[in-house]
Amino acid sequence: MKYWLRRIIRKQGTEHELDSELRFHLEQRAADLVESGATREEANRRARLEFGGVEGIKEECRESRRVHLVETLLQDVRYGLRMLRRNPGFALVAILTLALGIGANTAIFSVVNGVLLNPLPYPHPEQLITLHESKPNFQYGSVSYPNFRDWQKNNRVFSSIAISRPTGFSLTGMGDAEQLTALFITTDLFPMLGIKPLLGRGLAAGEDEVGAGPVVLISAGFWQRKFGSSPEVLGKSLTLDARSYTIIGVVPNRPDLAEGPQPNDLYVPIGQWTNPLLTSRGAGLGIHGIGRLKDGLTFELARSDMDRIAANLAAAYPKEDKGIGASLIPLRRQVVGRVQPFLIVLLACVGFVLMIACVNVANLLLARSISRKREFGVRTALGAPAGRIVRQLLTESILLAGCGGLLALFLAQWTTKFMLKTLPDALPRAEEIGMDAKVMLFTLAISVLCGVLFGLFPALRLSRLAMFSGMKEGDARSGSSSLRTQNTFVAVETALALVLLVGAGLMVRSLAKLWSIDPGFNPHNVLTFNISLAPGMIKADPEAIRSKFREIESSLKSAPGVEAISFTWGAVPLQYDDEVLFWMDGQPRPSSAQDMNWSLSYVVSPGYLQGMGLPLLRGRFLNDSDNEHSPPVVVIDQALAQRFFPDQDPVGKLVRIDDYEQPAEIVGVVKHVKQWGLEGDERQSLQAQMYRSFLQLPDKAMVLAPSGTGVIARYAGKSSTGVFDSIRSIVRRINRDQVIFGAVTMDEAISSTLATRRYSMILLTAFAALALLLAAVGIYGVMSYVVGQRTQEIGIRMALGARRGHVLAMVISRGAKMTLLGAAAGLLASLALSRLMAQLLYGVSPTDPLTFVAVAALLALIALLACYLPARRATKVDPMLALRCE
Amino acid sequence: MTTIDQKSEFLKGTLDMLILKIVVLGPIHGYAISQRIQQISRDVFQVQQGSLYPALHRLEDRGWLQAEWRPTETGREAKFYTVTRKGRRQLEAEMRNWEQISGAVALILDTAK
Repeated sequence: MKYWLRRIIRKQGTEHELDSELRFHLEQRAADLVESGATREEANRRARLEFGGVEGIKEECRESRRVHLVETLLQDVRYGLRMLRRNPGFALVAILTLALGIGANTAIFSVVNGVLLNPLPYPHPEQLITLHESKPNFQYGSVSYPNFRDWQKNNRVFSSIAISRPTGFSLTGMGDAEQLTALFITTDLFPMLGIKPLLGRGLAAGEDEVGAGPVVLISAGFWQRKFGSSPEVLGKSLTLDARSYTIIGVVPNRPDLAEGPQPNDLYVPIGQWTNPLLTSRGAGLGIHGIGRLKDGLTFELARSDMDRIAANLAAAYPKEDKGIGASLIPLRRQVVGRVQPFLIVLLACVGFVLMIACVNVANLLLARSISRKREFGVRTALGAPAGRIVRQLLTESILLAGCGGLLALFLAQWTTKFMLKTLPDALPRAEEIGMDAKVMLFTLAISVLCGVLFGLFPALRLSRLAMFSGMKEGDARSGSSSLRTQNTFVAVETALALVLLVGAGLMVRSLAKLWSIDPGFNPHNVLTFNISLAPGMIKADPEAIRSKFREIESSLKSAPGVEAISFTWGAVPLQYDDEVLFWMDGQPRPSSAQDMNWSLSYVVSPGYLQGMGLPLLRGRFLNDSDNEHSPPVVVIDQALAQRFFPDQDPVGKLVRIDDYEQPAEIVGVVKHVKQWGLEGDERQSLQAQMYRSFLQLPDKAMVLAPSGTGVIARYAGKSSTGVFDSIRSIVRRINRDQVIFGAVTMDEAISSTLATRRYSMILLTAFAALALLLAAVGIYGVMSYVVGQRTQEIGIRMALGARRGHVLAMVISRGAKMTLLGAAAGLLASLALSRLMAQLLYGVSPTDPLTFVAVAALLALIALLACYLPARRATKVDPMLALRCE
Repeated sequence: MTTIDQKSEFLKGTLDMLILKIVVLGPIHGYAISQRIQQISRDVFQVQQGSLYPALHRLEDRGWLQAEWRPTETGREAKFYTVTRKGRRQLEAEMRNWEQISGAVALILDTAK
């Protein structure tokens, strides 16, 4: 290697030596010939003739040296750069085209790399599996605390398992009251994920049990915000929901990947949860588990072991666990499974865009190769071998692609940053996306590949032309055959663009279909948020709590801009779900939870009907007289009515609700609401919905309400922020330790359920537009070239009396022929390929005729326009000038 | 008459051997080598100068020849080649090889008579 390096450095010298050596030979030979009687001129001539082509021999001498490759590469690069500088227009167009194509690929690849390819940021992430309970209505339902403890004790496949559940606390005693986000956890969670405390210690064994002392781990962000990252924080206490917790450690920010994008302030052992249902085996409280497989064990083994445990539990606790299984998902699939198909389709799309870019640049090179025929003809005549010419041309095209790739890196850097800023929640692991070595390598690889791909064909062609045609000018035949190639190229890029357009069209149609779905309520102008009462209320008796909520409700009702207000407990459409169990009055109480009837449970105030714009179908909705002193009433939805009271009027019927002492009367029926989202609501088996009165919540549930209850408000006017500010100040005025948090409008909630789909659609449409633009530029370029080549012919035709309209039609029909061919091929390809994105579509068949026809028409229109401009130029040809041309 | 060209691998090897054989007699420049080859084998084959120089450079690159600029008897600077130790070994090996092959060929031709 060092030897090579020295040779390269000494290259100038070697070149000079070679020159002197050969000159010496020639002069010596000439001298000998003069000696034997020839004249000086004759001697020189003969010496040269005998010797042959000096340049060719020099080249062969260079070839003979192994370092040759590197040397000629440098030479080629220098030469290539010179050529590019001489044609800045061509270089600029080619580099920009490639930068767009490569940049789109780099950007999407950096996303794929961060989200799909890079392993999750935990040790041996492939061993991590999330754990859920499968129930009749939920395949991945929440795990009850007692079941978790039994899973923990009895499983043989996991080295450890843990559970967690998102929650919130209101912090008092440190300035203004503040709502903190928190996660209930068990001891093994952080060690299992390889997360070590930055300061202090993690949870000790047993510290997560019910009845253990209140301790808390804080996140680095919270530590910095509240304590200025002081190491003195250990042992201090925090007042959370009016209880004092001792800080035992600080953990890094956001270690809870499986829990979604919200960063947590606190981590609290789950045993501290004051919910009395925590220790109830049948309760579904939104708790989910995660486990780490023992070394060498498989997912299937884990599943069969967990099945065994679930069967044992069902036998031991039939009342709660009958029909309950354990369901497992690898963590990686849980985190990224949803976006994987979208990302793969996007990656395929940018691949198409890049292909179009390559075809365009190949076309440019081909057009230019005609004008460079002479240059290479001369080089061939001087003895340059064909391989050498191909290499030179490939160096030039790789150089172009390299410049394009470099520019692409910057483009991709900016666009990914911009993209991630504008679409924060649509992507899991978004914070892990960036330009790492793998992305750089990818960009380098596709740049080189592109250079070879778009350069090889024109290079081979040009070297052949140079070989055969030598220095002749104006070879008509070679011109027409290159035109044929260009036509093929245009047809190919038209086809590629069409495939992308079809994909984008199908996504647009899916989204339009989804947006037009009626969610069953009026989501516009609805604000949802949460309120937690002052810590003093947390241990208050149910009566005091009810009267506090009454007070808040009446003052919120009169807030400016508020039209209707309701508390919500339990389910909120598209946001949270909660279930209630019931059976018909007059029947015995079913023995197990699985034998009861299930319904979604909305615990609301009378204002809910107006607040959500819910259509009332029969009877009445809840009103102010349905309170803790009156007999319980419920309102049901169509789905519950049809399922449990087919062909009957449900109004006036009595049902027994699991946590009510008295039977409840059905007083009305409302329209079904799409609880599970605009898409896929009907796929969920749990459809029945029941509305209960907030004030009629049983006491044991009411005492939980102060630490966090939902509110929905219908507001007037365009913006929710003014209304939210006035609500906030009213709540503060009542008690400055009351906190409201988590405000989100119903429109935002709906649109966030469609976020992944919407952003994929936007990106896909952007790529399709880019493809269309590139294809149009390609068509325009070829047509301009065609017109340029045929100037003379057109001139003759016009001199012979052809009308402008005729010339126009002739040129356009030529362009139309190749785009139609391409479009036909594109439609066929789309028919085959669009099936692959079927799972991304909603309510649209992958071969939707409307989409196919519409995008083909759009493409044809753009293509015609791209043909029309050069065609019009053709009609402006001055016959006299054209004839004089040659 | 046969023309030694680079096209045939076999003849390329023969040319290498021929050059080594000439250079091994003492430092010599390219023009003199071409003259010498012509003298030795005037009637058998002719080395095109186009092939000689690439061969010299190839042999130098492989480390069988080394080159040095020094004045000729007329006082001009010329590139003189000498055979390296590695080159000598190569020459010996090639000669042995050649003898074996030509012996074998001769044997076949004799038997065929």
